[in-house]
Formats: sequence, structure tokens, C-alpha cells
Amino acid sequence: MYEGAVQDLIDELGRLPGVGPKSAQRIAFHLLAAESADVGRLVAALQRVQAEVRFCVTCYNVAEGEQCRICRDPRRSTDVICVVEEPKDVVAIERTREFRGRYHVLGGAISPIEGVGPDDLRVKELMTRLMDGTVTELIIATDPNLEGEATAAYLARLVGPLGLAVSRLASGLPVGGDLEYADEITLGRAFEGRRRIDA
Amino acid sequence: MYVRHLQLVDFRSWEKVDLALRPGPTVFVGRNGEGKTNLVEAVGYLATLGSHRVSGDAPLVRHGAAQAVVRAALRREDRELLVEVEVNPGRANRVRVNRSALPRPRELLGLVKSVLFAPEDLALVRGDPAERRRFLDDLLVSRTPRLAGVRSDYDRVLRQRNALLKTARLARGDALATLDVWDTHLVELGGQLLAARLALVADLAPHVARSYAAVAGPGAAAAGLGYASTVPLAGDGAPLVAGEPTARAAELSAALRERIAERRREEVDRGMTLVGPHRDDLVLHLGPAPAKGFASHGESWSLALALKLGCFALLRADGEEPVLVLDDVFATLDAGRRAALADVARSAEQTLITAAVLDDVPEELRDARVEVGAGTAVLVADEEGT
Repeated sequence: MYEGAVQDLIDELGRLPGVGPKSAQRIAFHLLAAESADVGRLVAALQRVQAEVRFCVTCYNVAEGEQCRICRDPRRSTDVICVVEEPKDVVAIERTREFRGRYHVLGGAISPIEGVGPDDLRVKELMTRLMDGTVTELIIATDPNLEGEATAAYLARLVGPLGLAVSRLASGLPVGGDLEYADEITLGRAFEGRRRIDA
Repeated sequence: MYVRHLQLVDFRSWEKVDLALRPGPTVFVGRNGEGKTNLVEAVGYLATLGSHRVSGDAPLVRHGAAQAVVRAALRREDRELLVEVEVNPGRANRVRVNRSALPRPRELLGLVKSVLFAPEDLALVRGDPAERRRFLDDLLVSRTPRLAGVRSDYDRVLRQRNALLKTARLARGDALATLDVWDTHLVELGGQLLAARLALVADLAPHVARSYAAVAGPGAAAAGLGYASTVPLAGDGAPLVAGEPTARAAELSAALRERIAERRREEVDRGMTLVGPHRDDLVLHLGPAPAKGFASHGESWSLALALKLGCFALLRADGEEPVLVLDDVFATLDAGRRAALADVARSAEQTLITAAVLDDVPEELRDARVEVGAGTAVLVADEEGT
């Protein structure tokens, strides 16, 4: 144990996801040794996040101001919505530069163990967006685990009566990978989702 | 296969031990509390990533140490197999095979094959259904490693579904709207697990019957295995006959779905999932009667032994010799059963036997001994004809 302030800092850092007690201690001592201007910038960044970042009123992605950058962009198609669990999933999909529609961030996945049901996610807000008829396609990009699959199945059932085109991201083999290293479940999924090659 | 070398670091009572082993029978002998069982328990751990004595990993780590390491060099059909498991209680364990790390520890399952028989196995006959389900599922995973994923996904869906049912009555709105979604997962995975268990019981039954006849001696009733399910099956619980096809996963999923629909109201009332492989049982028969409640103490012992020897025979018939581990069992057996067990022990590629007193072990198994005491374990062999 260290003296008051240092230990407090280690405890706070240790509460962050992915930071164990050893890493927390390392970061704390790094900050102690750092230039005060560097630490000042970090403090300012934290405070700005607290004060300025909001969730987009349309898609619930992180945003500065009312709407996020993507919802404000008039070049992006309004007839396709991609549903994801977290804002970081938006960033991941944006990196592909393949998708030119809009997003909807649920804020998690259905998981009764953690007490998360559809009412705790932005499902109602999604339904409201779908009601006016501009959206014709829904792509469900929740995580490919049990909770993500359950969320996808629930959404598919819910929006079924609206008559949209609903799809789920494919799962299968990683690009550039070797077949022999794939686990059976991934390989099995890849078989299910195989595609015809047009000659 | 056989274990050629075993190294333990901070595993159970062992701070560090290095032990060379040979094929054939080896007796671990030493006073009580010296750590004989801990040595063979480590071999069992490599096969199942679990212990036959405790449910969690924490007791496996020596008191005061942060992690335990089990390292074994095995010979498998003339190939060397080096397996290393780092046991980290409360964190993910790490596994390396031939010096390369496995992405998930459970990928080790099915690689090291061993069958362990210990006094605790009496619970297979006399204990709760959970003991027998775990026995079946461990054997299932050992034969078909893919099912480790099905088993753990089923458990997770079950926990999610139970959590939902439990909160359903108190929750606002239509909390059960998502129940259908979990049902779909449950019947899909449950059907696969059920189909695999039924096929396994049918495969295992003749081996157990033969082992029981050998152990219990002439004139004993015939042992049979059946499967009692919460899902309606043809001939529920009656002994299964080898070679007869068992139900397929898709049919079982459909049956499970129907049964869940029938009992939905009851499930909501009680806040738990009442149908599925997690409520099933392996039924042991002796002659016309179920063994539980009818078998004598001696019959129960013979049946527990026959179950494990049946496993051994089944894995052997699949084409791979498992390591046979007999933990402290000879002392409790009478002469007839001792001789039957000695026959199997001699025929195995490697048998590891623990005993407090060497005289309890049949003479023909005593050529190689590991003397355990004062924090060391050393292999001593009577060389003959070499």
C-alpha cells in the first residue's frame, strides 16, 4: 500500500476495464514522473469528455452536440440502418469504409443475468426510427456470441411485421487465415454460410 | 498413451516435483498425507481440466502460491506430446501443447486421455443425478471435443434463461417477450447434447455390462444403462441396447420445444427451467431393478468400478489407449474384484496406482514403484531379465 493520494490514483485506475493492479501501479508512477503539462492535457481531456460528449439524439452514438458526425452527414444513405451494441462497434465498421448508411447503437445486448432486457436498450427508439418508412433495410451487427445472437433474433422478430429487408452479419473464416487453425464452430458456421461462386 | 515425465510446481502439496515414469503398472506408495493422490490427480487434471476431488481450481494451488503448473511429457503412438497447464485461480488458465499456446484451455480436452477410479466414484451409483451427468459429459467431451463448446453454451443459455424466468414476475412490461429467443438457443443446444448423451450411453452400455460381469463374478445380475429424460423418449429410462440407433438432435430439439411450451406456466411460477438435459439422469440397472436404492454396498462398488472400466474399454475401442489411474482402491476390494481389476491394470499401456500399503496391491503390479515421502517422489523399478 502507498500513501493516500498515490493509492487513490492506483485504485481509480484499477477500476478501469482491462487494467489490473500491476498495470494500474505502472500507470500511476508514470503519471507521477510525467511533465505537469502532459498530465494537464490528460486531465483536460477527461474533463472535456465529461462536459461535452453526449449521445446522438438520433442513433445514440457518442457525439459532440445534438447529433453525431454520421447522422449530420447528408451524403450518407438514409434507407439503411446498421444496428450495433456499442459506439466502439461503429468505429470498427467505419474503418471498413464499406458501409454508407446510418447506425443505431443499442447500448448493449440482452442479458438477463446482468439484468439487461429490451427495455434497457434503445429498442423503442429504433422502432420509432423505422416507423416513418424511409428505412428499407436493417443490418443487425450485434456480437456473434449467445447474447448478441439472442438480441439479433429478438430484433428480427420485432421488426418482421414492418416488411423491411433484415440481415445479420455473416460469420466465418478470418481473411488471410488458415483453414486448419479455425475452430469447429467457426468452420461449421462458414459451411452454413457458404456462397456459390459464379463462373 | 503413457506419461513419460511429470513435473508439478506449486500443485496441491507439492512445491516442486520431477518424476520420470514408465509404461505398464506403477504403484505410488507412501504414508497418508504425503501427496500420492496429488500426483495422479494432476494426470487426471490434464484429461478433464478438473479434479475428481474438488470442483474449483483454487484448492489445486499450493497454499501461499499464486499459480500452479502441471507439465507432462507423454508418448502417444510413438510421438512425443508435451502438455503444460498453468492453473490461475480466478483468472484464465493457460495451456501450451508442444510449446505453443492454445487460444482457449478447453481445446486441450480430448488430447490427453485418462480414466481415473477413486473411492469418490461410489457417488456415481449412490449420489445425485448431477454426478452421473458430469460423468457422461466428461466422457462425451473426451471422445468428441467439439461438444465442450455445446456444453458450455448450453450452461450459459440456461443461466440466462433462469435469470429471465426469475425476474419475469417482478419485472415491468412484457419481460417474457425475450423468452422465445432463449428457448430457440436452449432447444437447439439441448437437442445436440441429448443426442450425444443418448448415443454415448448406447455405446457405453455393452462395455459396462462386460466389466460388471468380470468384476462381480459368475452368477451376478447383468448390469445395464438407461437414460431418464425430462424430454419424452421412447422407452424412457429402460436399458439401451447397443447398435440400435438413438434419436437425432433435430427430433430431440423438436420434442424439447414442445415440452417447454407445455410447462411454460409452471416454469414462470417456479422461476427456473424445468426441462432439458440439465434435469436428466443416467439410470443404472442390475438385472430387472434400478441399482439406486436396490444395490447392496458391494454391488454399488462393483457397479462404480464397472462404469469406469467400461469408460476405459470404450476409449480403447475408439482406438486410443487411455492412462488408467487407480487411486486408493485396492484396499477396499475383496479378492475376486481385486483380481479382476488387476487383469485390466496389467493390460493397460500405463496404470498409475496409489496405495498406503504396498501389500494391498496385487503382487504382479508391484514391479515399478514410486516412493513418495518427505517432499520427494522417486521411481524405483525391479529390473528383471534385462
